[in-house]
Amino acid sequence: MTSELDIFVGNTTLIDEDVYRLWLDGYSVGDAVALRVRSGILEQTGATAAVLQSDTMDHYRTFHMLERLLHAPPKLLHQLIYQIPPSRQALLIERYYAFDEAFVREVLGKKLSKGTKKDLDDISTKTGITLKSCRRQFDNFKRVFKVVEEMRGSLVDNVQQHFLLSDRLARDYAAIVFFANNRFETGKKKLQYLSFGDFAFCAELMIQNWTLGAVDSQVDDMDMDLDKEFLQDLKELKVLVADKDLLDLHKSLVCTALRGKLGVFSEMEANFKNLSRGLVNVATKLTHNKDVRDLFVDLVEKESSQSCEAPSCCAPSVTPDGCLHRMADEQSRFAPKIRTHEPRPPKPSRRNFNHSATGPAPYFFHSGFIEV
Amino acid sequence: MPGKLKVKIVAGRHLPVMDRASDLTDAFVEVKFGNTTFKTDVYPKSLNPQWNSEWFKFEVDDEDLQDEPLQITVLDHDTYSANDAIGKVYIDIDPLLYSEAATVISGWFPIYDTIHGIRGEINVVVKVDLFNDLNRFRQSSCGVKFFCTTSIPKCYRAVIIHGFVEELVVNEDPEYQWIDRIRTPRASNEARQRLISLMSGELQRKIGLKVLEMRGNAVVGYLQCFDLEGESGLVVRAIGTACTLDKLSSPAAFLPACNSPSKEMKEIPFNEDPNPNTHSSGPSTPLKNQTYSFSPSKSYSRQSSSSDTDLSLTPKTGMGSGSAGKEGGPFKALLRQQTQSALEQREFPFFTLTAFPPGFLVHVGGVVSARSVKLLDRIHNPDEPETRDAWWAEIRQEIKSHAKALGCHAVVGYSESTSICEEVCILSASGTAAVLNPRFLQDGTVEGCLEQRLEENLPAGCGFCHIPYDELNMPFPAHLTYCYNCRKQKVPDVLFTTIDLPTDATVIGKGCLIQARLCRLKKKAQAEANATAISNLLPFMEYEVHTQLMNKLKLKGMNALFGLRIQITVGENMLMGLASATGVYLAALPTPGGIQIAGKTPNDGSYEQHISHMQKKINDTIAKNKELYEINPPEISEEIIGSPIPEPRQRSRLLRSQSESSDEVTELDLSHGKKDAFVLEIDDTDAMEDVHSLLTDVPPPSGFYSCNTEIMPGINNWTSEIQMFTSVRVIRLSSLNLTNHALNKNFNDLCENLLKSLYFKLRSMIPCCLCHVNFTVSLPEDELIQVTVTAVAITFDKNQALQTTKAHVEKSLQRASTDNEELLQFPLELCSDSLPSHPFPPAKATSVDYSSFADRCSSWIELIKLKAQTIRRGSIKTTVTVEKTSPMGEGNFRNRSAAPCANSTVGVVKMTPLSFIPGAKITKYLGIINMFFIRETTSLREEGGVSGFLHAFIAEVFAMVRAHVAALGGNAVVSYIMKQCVFMENPNKNQAQCLINVSGDAVVFARESELEVVSTQQPAANCQPACTGGEVTT
Repeated sequence: MTSELDIFVGNTTLIDEDVYRLWLDGYSVGDAVALRVRSGILEQTGATAAVLQSDTMDHYRTFHMLERLLHAPPKLLHQLIYQIPPSRQALLIERYYAFDEAFVREVLGKKLSKGTKKDLDDISTKTGITLKSCRRQFDNFKRVFKVVEEMRGSLVDNVQQHFLLSDRLARDYAAIVFFANNRFETGKKKLQYLSFGDFAFCAELMIQNWTLGAVDSQVDDMDMDLDKEFLQDLKELKVLVADKDLLDLHKSLVCTALRGKLGVFSEMEANFKNLSRGLVNVATKLTHNKDVRDLFVDLVEKESSQSCEAPSCCAPSVTPDGCLHRMADEQSRFAPKIRTHEPRPPKPSRRNFNHSATGPAPYFFHSGFIEV
Repeated sequence: MPGKLKVKIVAGRHLPVMDRASDLTDAFVEVKFGNTTFKTDVYPKSLNPQWNSEWFKFEVDDEDLQDEPLQITVLDHDTYSANDAIGKVYIDIDPLLYSEAATVISGWFPIYDTIHGIRGEINVVVKVDLFNDLNRFRQSSCGVKFFCTTSIPKCYRAVIIHGFVEELVVNEDPEYQWIDRIRTPRASNEARQRLISLMSGELQRKIGLKVLEMRGNAVVGYLQCFDLEGESGLVVRAIGTACTLDKLSSPAAFLPACNSPSKEMKEIPFNEDPNPNTHSSGPSTPLKNQTYSFSPSKSYSRQSSSSDTDLSLTPKTGMGSGSAGKEGGPFKALLRQQTQSALEQREFPFFTLTAFPPGFLVHVGGVVSARSVKLLDRIHNPDEPETRDAWWAEIRQEIKSHAKALGCHAVVGYSESTSICEEVCILSASGTAAVLNPRFLQDGTVEGCLEQRLEENLPAGCGFCHIPYDELNMPFPAHLTYCYNCRKQKVPDVLFTTIDLPTDATVIGKGCLIQARLCRLKKKAQAEANATAISNLLPFMEYEVHTQLMNKLKLKGMNALFGLRIQITVGENMLMGLASATGVYLAALPTPGGIQIAGKTPNDGSYEQHISHMQKKINDTIAKNKELYEINPPEISEEIIGSPIPEPRQRSRLLRSQSESSDEVTELDLSHGKKDAFVLEIDDTDAMEDVHSLLTDVPPPSGFYSCNTEIMPGINNWTSEIQMFTSVRVIRLSSLNLTNHALNKNFNDLCENLLKSLYFKLRSMIPCCLCHVNFTVSLPEDELIQVTVTAVAITFDKNQALQTTKAHVEKSLQRASTDNEELLQFPLELCSDSLPSHPFPPAKATSVDYSSFADRCSSWIELIKLKAQTIRRGSIKTTVTVEKTSPMGEGNFRNRSAAPCANSTVGVVKMTPLSFIPGAKITKYLGIINMFFIRETTSLREEGGVSGFLHAFIAEVFAMVRAHVAALGGNAVVSYIMKQCVFMENPNKNQAQCLINVSGDAVVFARESELEVVSTQQPAANCQPACTGGEVTT
């Protein structure tokens, strides 16, 4: 006796969150059943393995059918075939577009092309995430990228509007798209200690301050491409290192702003000149594409080598975030003719670890220029 | 001449890409009705076209309006080659033809293609301007309302229940016409869909005409079926019950006929109705009844006015003595006479209803069924389908005579079905023989009915159990005792019926789903020989199914079956029998005896031991089941019963026969002879296995109940969450050494596993009950068994059960009790003011003093005698006061009912096989939904194999039903049924085909909480609260 056909269709589509997670994680039906058995569900419900198998198959089939709609979430909302309560729809979409930290770190800044897709096997082996799940995540990145690539308006808003993601997830996708578009190198060993969150924070600041959209909100690609003119103007920051008076002024302002707010304040104060020089050097080179891609590598390299002199200073606390803030603001400060708007105060970091792990570095570099 | 159909095509969305080059579509729409076709402009290069067409107007006969569906075809314009069809939408415009139903059909319809499934949606607006036509010889029957619901619909009142209507139309099946060899599968499928749509329209119109002839205005319990007879044609047949319905002016006062004990019936406080004299306000509150009673109405029809009062009171007053049997005789004869006069002019006194207005059902005889095996031949003249008509007439005649043998003049809960395999067809009909109150059957006034009901119904809760036949002249050997409830009349020891449990029935504990499953191998044969083989097997199958049901019923410790449905399916090399019913313990019937096992070789010691072990297991199971289903009937000493219990004998209440093509009728006595107890003899391994299989049925996990009736006896606190589902399973039998036994086991496992899967899937809804569990078996191929289940899971609140009961206890001190259950044990509400009527003890409160209860019962009898006079004056309180509310329970309910999802972009449409929606009230019936779909694929593997294919198809069918309901302005389908699901596959060719036929009633419902809001806003809300206001509740 073999089951040829075995289906269950509810007027309201049944969604089992646990099975959905297993499906998203790329487990085969067999593995999923084994995992569910291990979770002790049979004992709780008194069901048999055959029942579990049939149930899992059924859910997998449902998810498979829903997947087509999940590729364009607004369709899921308007379709008539599956009656799903709104809260469940939101859950389906959010979970489908969620990604693994380990995976995103591997592909962040890479071109979302077929070539990269071929490397997913390696990523899967390296991260322990199933190939299926890697593919889904990669395809999600690519799909979002394709849709928002040439759109006007805020990147985050576009993602949110076309994929109905939560605010947080939409910001993450904006960062991923931004990195993929600008191909920032993030895979070097030196950068390994940085989390996706760190990068996403940088991306947000760069989108706010460095892109075309920061000047003019009516351009295509406004939040995706860096503003070339702005990068050119960064060259003028040299004056901060060359002019002794300005250096001192800069220092005093930064120190005033950060006094008492920083654990390694004295080291920072002592090393201010070196730190500042490192940053300015990176900033002035950003006219070449190659250098733009290596931005994060350079930042970490320069800053950590500088801080060798004061080992206790801020080696770990020097993160690209801080540098970026500083560059952006320095730029806007010293090139008022281009930037007419006031430098935006740094937003409180979105993730806790920005504060806890890297200290108040963002403030350090930022606040020095508030009142010059 | 009289009708103008207007159609407007608004827009499309999510269309498929038809032009690969541009990834876009140039869509336009053809609108066709009858032979007239209109086209919209081409909307170029868009997947979301906005046609915004003018109004296309069709001027048509109302006959065509009823028969024809509106056909909308979406196409892709192609300059160089033929236009490609994207898909179609068929819209049945019938709902627009009644005055009170929908006025406009407007909404998004899925565009359906028989090969690709749903491909986008189209927004359509349809209106009908109907001119009055007073032509007496008209062929149309516009205005006759159709309901699938097998009870009087909630917002109507039955003035007269006329009776049985049937019709069938036949045609050639397009699939088998010569042209099918040269046309595409799509064209063939569409021809079939269209033909069936046409035929069902025609059928409905013809039935409507018959109803008009009977002077009715509605068909209730309308059941339409297709017989795909293959080469010999396509038969569409329908049965129903013609009624004259009155719309209740106030939705508050709907009939208490509702068989749902859910809160919905109690929501209207008793005093809310300010005008007790309105006839339309329903018969149920005592106040009103008082007004009605003995206002000898002008329009009493002859025979009833002369006899009704005497009739109903005679047996009651002379009762206490215990000699009821004899006295009951004349009464019955009289009643029979009376009923006969009402029914005799009818060819078939059949009713497709399964639930009835109070007082309608007087006595229930038992299940009657008839089967007949026929050889199909080509229908030569489709306009005169005489053979098919004759076949059914024959079977109905048989049913009628069976009912007569049971001393009954009517058959209720009547249904018909067929099973076809190649050229052999089994026709089956079954129903419940019953004695009915004649008042509803003729042109009397409602007052008359009411009054009759009052008096007739004195022993509510047990009256229907009393035997309708003559004790001395029983149609079969039976074991009778005095009714355990009223102790006046005789009752049988078990009762099998095809109807729902009457609302006023006294039930102890909860009910459960009982199934008998059986397979029998049959040699492959041709034509005549095959038919003979089948008809030889049938009686044995019937017998075994019956035995299995009886055993399982006893094992559950119960004594009655409701909603019994026996399905016999014929296949190439086997016959399958599946019987489903809901077992309950009726308080009026005696406690069922146990099951004894006897071995054939009593000398063998180890064998003996084995037997006793089995016996112990059986006894344990019975005890466990009693506990599980909370069956703890009051102990009643024999003296109260008044007569010594006669020698226990087993008997059957099933009277059937099957006949062959030769019209030979064999009566089958299913009684088990004069054994001392229910003895199972174990004389060979088969018998042993049978006993084993009895014990293998696992009860549902805790928190789950299941039944195949509308509602679960013993549960009344439904919450609003419902989940309707369809589950299909097909198994392939290993063809090697198939034996009856292995087959049985496979089939049994299939059904059990299916149930287990359902319990597992729905575990998040616990505590819940699977209601209206409807199993259908088919044998699509040699070694394939297909089981389709449709049911609804409804949550209920365990805690609230206790609260409401408590509340009721308090309540009942002040006014007549309201709860159905309270009626159960205290059917005589004469003195409910003084009696603490706390009947149905839930798990916790089991300490009801039953001995004093018994005393009270006997004192009541005295009381009745004393009050007989008063009763006659009609000054008693009615026993069925379901409408009155218990504010406390209601309050709780409101808190629990979930807020409807407000922010959904697509309106939620609920679907349920039940006739009601828990926690909500149906405010409007929009018309019948009857849809037929074919889906075919030539890329089975790519669509996820057979499971993927069928899963997607069923989901699409649901979607299309929901879309149609939403377009009518409704938010639910009640009495939903999947009548057919024919699935054929050919994996080698990577092909599959499936036909699905579904029907139901589109309704508008309003949540109780919303209704309350409305009624508080308009304090004098007696006229029409949410009837119009709550129309859109999504």
